[in-house]
Amino acid sequence: MTIYDEFAHRIRSTATPLRLRGGGTKDWYGQALNGEVLDTRVNSGIVSYEPTELVITARCGTPLAEIEALLAQHKQMLAFEPPRYEGSTIGGVVASALSGPRRASAGAVRDFVLGAVLMDGRGEVLRFGGQVMKNVAGYDVSRLLAGSLGTLGLILEVSLKVLPVPLREASLRFEMSEIDAIMRLNEWAGQPLPVSASCWHQGVLSLRLSGADAAVEAAQRKLGGHPLADDDASAFWASLRDQTHNYFSGGSLWRMSVPSHASAIILRGEQLIEWGGAQRWLKVDEAAQAESIRRTVAATGGHATLFRGGDKSVGVFHPLAPAVAKIHERLKQSFDPNGIFNPGRMYAD
Amino acid sequence: MNTVTDLGARRAQVAAALRQVLPERAVLSSLEDTRPYECDGLAAYRQLPMIVVLPDSEQQVVAVLNVCRELGVPVVPRGAGTGLSGGAMPIADGVVLSTARLNRIVRMDAYSRTAVVQPGVRNLAISEAAAQHGLYYAPDPSSQIACSIGGNVAENSGGVHCLKYGLTVHNVLRVRMVTIDGEVVELGSEALDAPGLDLLSVFIGSEGMLGIVTEVTVKLVPKPATARVIMASFDEVVKGCHAVAALIAAGIIPAGLEMMDQTSSRMVEPFVKAGYDTEAAAILLCEADGTVEEVEEEIARMTAVLNTAGAIAIAVSQSEAERLKFWSGRKNAFPAAGRISPDYYCMDGTIPRKRLGEVLAGIAAMESKYGLRCANVFHAGDGNLHPLILFNANIPDEFHRAEAFGAEILALCVQVGGTITGEHGVGIEKINSMCVQFKPAELEAFFSVKRSFDPHGLLNPDKAIPTLNRCAEFGKMHVSGGALPFSNLPRF
Repeated sequence: MTIYDEFAHRIRSTATPLRLRGGGTKDWYGQALNGEVLDTRVNSGIVSYEPTELVITARCGTPLAEIEALLAQHKQMLAFEPPRYEGSTIGGVVASALSGPRRASAGAVRDFVLGAVLMDGRGEVLRFGGQVMKNVAGYDVSRLLAGSLGTLGLILEVSLKVLPVPLREASLRFEMSEIDAIMRLNEWAGQPLPVSASCWHQGVLSLRLSGADAAVEAAQRKLGGHPLADDDASAFWASLRDQTHNYFSGGSLWRMSVPSHASAIILRGEQLIEWGGAQRWLKVDEAAQAESIRRTVAATGGHATLFRGGDKSVGVFHPLAPAVAKIHERLKQSFDPNGIFNPGRMYAD
Repeated sequence: MNTVTDLGARRAQVAAALRQVLPERAVLSSLEDTRPYECDGLAAYRQLPMIVVLPDSEQQVVAVLNVCRELGVPVVPRGAGTGLSGGAMPIADGVVLSTARLNRIVRMDAYSRTAVVQPGVRNLAISEAAAQHGLYYAPDPSSQIACSIGGNVAENSGGVHCLKYGLTVHNVLRVRMVTIDGEVVELGSEALDAPGLDLLSVFIGSEGMLGIVTEVTVKLVPKPATARVIMASFDEVVKGCHAVAALIAAGIIPAGLEMMDQTSSRMVEPFVKAGYDTEAAAILLCEADGTVEEVEEEIARMTAVLNTAGAIAIAVSQSEAERLKFWSGRKNAFPAAGRISPDYYCMDGTIPRKRLGEVLAGIAAMESKYGLRCANVFHAGDGNLHPLILFNANIPDEFHRAEAFGAEILALCVQVGGTITGEHGVGIEKINSMCVQFKPAELEAFFSVKRSFDPHGLLNPDKAIPTLNRCAEFGKMHVSGGALPFSNLPRF
């Protein structure tokens, strides 16, 4: 029996819901963990990698570290910079759709998904998308899987677009108020500058530039600021990407996804701003202010997620509009008619 | 009972109901008024619609969909009608919903680098309006002077710069649409993501089958200070392909990367005089954009790679006029085909780039098999191949040979690990080829996605996803091949 046959058998014969799980490094993320664990790590390995085609295909249980190590040999990378938790698998990277500091300039997980092989709730193996950059045959179900938290099916394999590592990176720091930082970031984003990451925290704006030597040097001259030593810069951006930065310890953490130009959000708690202003973290002592956080963020046109810690009974993810919720329910019913995959992981059933 | 009379009675009934909710001039039901809507850019597929509606507000779109749902009338959305796969081909007893009057730029905001536009706004009009802020909308399908943003959302349109700047899906933040149930739904948001499943991703490229777009928020990006293009000639197509691979391996993502075979360059050169080497087996256009210093640095790196890869001649544009001249041949491949051949049929497969040599050899063999010539233009950066099959519809059987030739090319694309359509959509044209690429359970999954948005099956039905019965009949049916109208419009 192949691994796929075993998965299909288990899916078809299960009497209880299944909890699809790779490295389990993001068990803390999402609403609820229900069901018996189906460990995807038995389905591991890089299926194909073509550096000159900019595509890598891997089975869901492949460690992220293995993929990144191979890409690095060819001076390529996953440009969405997913967090590298110890033991993270590529299936979990896609299912959770968490992107790192480069997201605002390069794109999110979904922007790099080219294709996926999915096992649905009937144990059928379905292939969507492919290994090519442009593909409009059929609905783009593979991108829909990014961020689906395993609720639509078991991602068996995924093909991702990769990009060359930038020739040059340099980081700058500026002492700046929150209001000024938001304004500057939006102004700079409207100019042809190679900004590839940003972070404002405690009165300091850090900026990373990536690109050709000439572009990075010209931007450094134009922007000024205090240059950051390369090693310090790498460590700093890695600490944001992997959330090992001190800021991310303690308290309960809200992720506020807002239009980048939204003015400073006045809420109790400590904030850290990334993605040119579009991702604002809020660390609070207790989750009691959930309603006011949600209301304040919604007023900017954004949404708030109780990212880590806190009382999940307030709802981890922002409530959906009724018409959108209806489409969600029908999609869930289509791919997982018996409701066996990760029930309640995204929204309480 | 006479079916013509039936249709007449039905038309009167539906038109009367629509006129209850729309102004008189927004409902077209006479033959002379509906005739211009009988086809889109794929003119060989024609069908008169029963009625055409031209709503000018979201409220009117809701009203139209409520009427159509209550009366069980299929609705075919239509943007500028430049689509190349028959996605906007009407249905005999259906309504065509044109977005032509939903043509306002609602908001243009330089600070947030976004524009909020109605679906009927032309692609190029967005960039023109943003130009004063030094910004533009990146996806640039070659029909951009005419095509609408609503159509771009439906087809997930690309353009010659999408390797570096992405497709529609990468450049649209939010879509506001109306479901067949008359509900207004927001997908995505003006933040970088939205809660729940990424419905925006699945909606973009859904060929008007999931909802009617009423508003789109697009991302605007800073216009590069300058751009230059290298024109490189190769004495073998395969060397050109290797050069593309070598560029990528060197860590270069060109702003544009296009290849043409000799048939294509010989076809366009007399027409546009772009300066192409017509003795070369392949011409590669490779563009760098950015600041002046950055472009200079990148052009030098590209030139070195191309020389090593065996380019027999290299020219770098020395001015904006020259850059446009180098591009003009590539952009005018289609009008040029129309000049040398009475009819032509454009295919749109995407393949892993490394299989190009093999696919071109396969196409050459098919030229002999079908007795027809084929010119190949290629979005080399992303593997999207546009073979142009030249034929004469007045010669008995050439039509069918062109069609069979095209279907065989698409089957070959699937066989080498590619897809039947990179950017034109399936529409009605490639619906049979979907049976080659997907198995029944996958087609059923697509239908269930459709039902999740459109449980009544009334939005652009019978397009893009073939029924299993249709697949079973595939091979026995005769669908006519197509020639392009708007033959003077730059394409691809």
